[in-house]
Amino acid sequence: MIPRPRPERFRLRRTMMFMNAQKPGLIKDAYIYGCDSIMLDLEDAVAENQKDAARFSLYHALRSIDYGDTEVVVRINGLDTPHWQEDVRVCVAGGADGIRIAKCESAQDVHTVEHAVEQAEREFGVEPGRTLLMAALESPKGILNAYEICSASERMFGVAISGGDFRKCMQTTPQRDGVDMLFARGQMLLAARAAGIQCFDTVFTDLDDQEGFEAEVRQNKAMGFDGKSLINPKQIRFVHQVFAPTQKEVIQAEKILLAYREQSAAGVGVFTVDGKMIDVAFIPGAERTLRLARACGMYEGDLV
Amino acid sequence: MEILKPAIAGTLESSDAQVTIEPGKAGIELTLTSSVMNQYGRQIRATILEALERLDVSNARVTVVDKGALDCTLKARVECAVFRSCGQSAANIPWGGVVR
Amino acid sequence: MRNAVGREIPDALLTNGREVYQGRNHMDGRYLQKAAPKTRRYEKPQESKVVESIAQALRDCGAKSGMTFSFHHHLRDGDYVVNMVMQTAIEELGLKELTIAATSLGAAHDPIADYIEAGKVVGIQTSGIRGRMGEVVSAGKLKTPAVIRSHGGRPRAIEGGEVHIDIAFIAAPTSDCVGNCRGIGGKSNCGSLGYAMTDAKYADHVVVITDCLVDFPNMPASVEAIDVDAVVVVDSIGNPQKIASAAARISQNPRDLMMAENVAKVIASTPYFKDGFSFQTGVGGPSLAANLFLEQYMDERKIRMGWAIGGICGPMVELLKKGKVGKVIDVQDFDLDGVNSIHQTPGHFEMSASQYANPANKGAFVNKLDFVVLAALEIDTGFNVNVLTGSDGILRGAPGGHPDAAAGSKCCIIVTPLIRGRMATVCEHVVTVTTPGDCVDVLVTDYGIAVNPLRPDLIACLDSAGIPHVTIEELKEKAYSLVGRPDDLEWEDQVVAILEARDGTILDVVRKIKPFTLD
Repeated sequence: MIPRPRPERFRLRRTMMFMNAQKPGLIKDAYIYGCDSIMLDLEDAVAENQKDAARFSLYHALRSIDYGDTEVVVRINGLDTPHWQEDVRVCVAGGADGIRIAKCESAQDVHTVEHAVEQAEREFGVEPGRTLLMAALESPKGILNAYEICSASERMFGVAISGGDFRKCMQTTPQRDGVDMLFARGQMLLAARAAGIQCFDTVFTDLDDQEGFEAEVRQNKAMGFDGKSLINPKQIRFVHQVFAPTQKEVIQAEKILLAYREQSAAGVGVFTVDGKMIDVAFIPGAERTLRLARACGMYEGDLV
Repeated sequence: MEILKPAIAGTLESSDAQVTIEPGKAGIELTLTSSVMNQYGRQIRATILEALERLDVSNARVTVVDKGALDCTLKARVECAVFRSCGQSAANIPWGGVVR
Repeated sequence: MRNAVGREIPDALLTNGREVYQGRNHMDGRYLQKAAPKTRRYEKPQESKVVESIAQALRDCGAKSGMTFSFHHHLRDGDYVVNMVMQTAIEELGLKELTIAATSLGAAHDPIADYIEAGKVVGIQTSGIRGRMGEVVSAGKLKTPAVIRSHGGRPRAIEGGEVHIDIAFIAAPTSDCVGNCRGIGGKSNCGSLGYAMTDAKYADHVVVITDCLVDFPNMPASVEAIDVDAVVVVDSIGNPQKIASAAARISQNPRDLMMAENVAKVIASTPYFKDGFSFQTGVGGPSLAANLFLEQYMDERKIRMGWAIGGICGPMVELLKKGKVGKVIDVQDFDLDGVNSIHQTPGHFEMSASQYANPANKGAFVNKLDFVVLAALEIDTGFNVNVLTGSDGILRGAPGGHPDAAAGSKCCIIVTPLIRGRMATVCEHVVTVTTPGDCVDVLVTDYGIAVNPLRPDLIACLDSAGIPHVTIEELKEKAYSLVGRPDDLEWEDQVVAILEARDGTILDVVRKIKPFTLD
């Protein structure tokens, strides 16, 4: 069995790649493509009569495959199905880093899953609070309740919109400029930032439309998303490219952190870097930039 | 566990294995075919028999068609077939107990 | 006797001056006495060499038991000619003790397995062997061990007289009435006829079999009438659907693409990647996809490929048409884009197998090659590659031009997934060595890159380009940690196939596999 370290609530999650938990050939080494998180799917990708088989396969994958630094999140079946409780049990027993709650519409939904997770952690002797949660918002109600969902639990690390179902509810289809989900994305981002958790955009499903995919990723970055859900490994590289900081940003962040160390050691709270006024409020952003830069192979120092 | 009815789990896709289990009376009667028989046949058989033993299955006819599955997949397919044959595959699986 | 790749070669095989493999370029500088065929004179003017049937052609050429017949494999899995000829020779003429010397044999030739079992075919010399024929040879049913040679090793052996061809059969998409043949212009086109050229020059008799007789003269001819004894017109020489696929598509498999991208990265990090560089790639998923990423690097550096060789298919033709490669020199075509381009697109030329890869002539194309990208069934920690035997020890592959291009090129890159199902591709010892490790420079897998320690210069290139790499031992351990350590295959003593290195020394032997039982 492969021991996994305690999951980090706030880590780099630029790319979360979906994988059918029932396909042995896929899940055995999904991490080789270099995505930040893999999303093993027990929900839509698994046929109704194979839910049981997928759980056995998931359990042994979690226990025996070394996913290294790649985060392993499992998408469980909806709370309106007979499957989700057993899904939670297998995720906790197998040691998944996180659970993605499908079709989440309220803080109560989060609490319901959280309760089941707590029970499972007790049942399987897993450290309490280890298993993280994220919510997928797939309906107008989910979007309207985004803030209460985002702030429902200390286990919540992020929230994602699920475009397929949401667009159906809204009677729209994917638009080139993203106007179909502009408000929903914005509302979800506001809620996530207000609650202090991460926010992820939906999948782009037309693999032949590279141009459309790239436009959407650029918009995601511009809107302030932390990352994106993906359906194919070949989408990873571009997302990482777009989400990478510029060389200028990296140098600036490094300067800020170095100056902050020197100045705070000397008891100075506000100082200037390249003529710009800097205080403690700039530090988390600069640290985030350097962590991102390190993940992108652009930074090898030891400030973060 | 006692095998009550025939059950099947897994597919014939590459890297998977299809396990069929049926009630039997004469211990474990295993029929194994594998695309990697010469190099891994004995290890595959050991993995299957160990999984059955953990589940306390002592009488069954078991047919495994292996398409190059890793051990974790073999175990998953055997266990699923056994739980299905007992009608117990949907909930309250003893994760970390006899399933490990 | 143990050879340079650590394989034990039975002394009984080391007769008539035959040596074991002693390393790359061991035979360099030696002299070769070429063997001349004994050919019939046709002084009288003749209207036509067309005869009514294969049987008639065989009789005219004095076919008898014990002879060696040669074939070439441009019709690939669509080929009807080998089966037609062997059936006629054995069932109509009652010949036996025959040897088939083919450039390759494949799934199309399953019926020959029956002739092996019946003892009618007693010898096989080929580059590739698959399907039922591979199974019966592996089962020890062929009277003499099969001899497996590379595409360059075969013309060497023919020219040096180690293989004497009594009758060569040319499967010709078009021929005129006296035997000028081309690979295009008919209904079963295959493009290049490169592998047939040496056969036609060194066989005592040459029979052309075509399904499209064209006006004299069929020019420019790939096989020339001056070497041909008889022409037979049949309904069909092959199944066009299986001769050339519609188009060899670049793989969309993300694993293949990831590996291909790394292959291109490695290539771009070496000093050989400069304007005018030369390149060969296989048609396997990740090898072919390397074209795509290489083109991006070429555009970035504003350089062009000088020339490309090997088996040719669409993506290479596309580069030629875009002016990104200067010349394409073609020994075989894999798809209709290749077939339709040879002799048509300026810069797309045909070459013989000897010109392509023969180590004993005065300079084959492979000797000037900068890069070759090749696949592998297995590669071991000595960088030895197996492309012939499966994990069950059965013959089911083809060295083809693999050992030739690997030996000749400045940078030979093997690209393969670390595991296939439960098979460790990177392993401790390959089942059979088909390309020796001293010819292999870089291994690219989906789990990492390894460079042969014999090439510290390439290691430095990767380091300075910031391309991470590990040792091949680490890759092997990773593979075994995923699939488990394989049990050793169990063999009997009988040698069923001899694997000749391209220089004619013995690289390895394949023995009869013991029937496997679980207990």
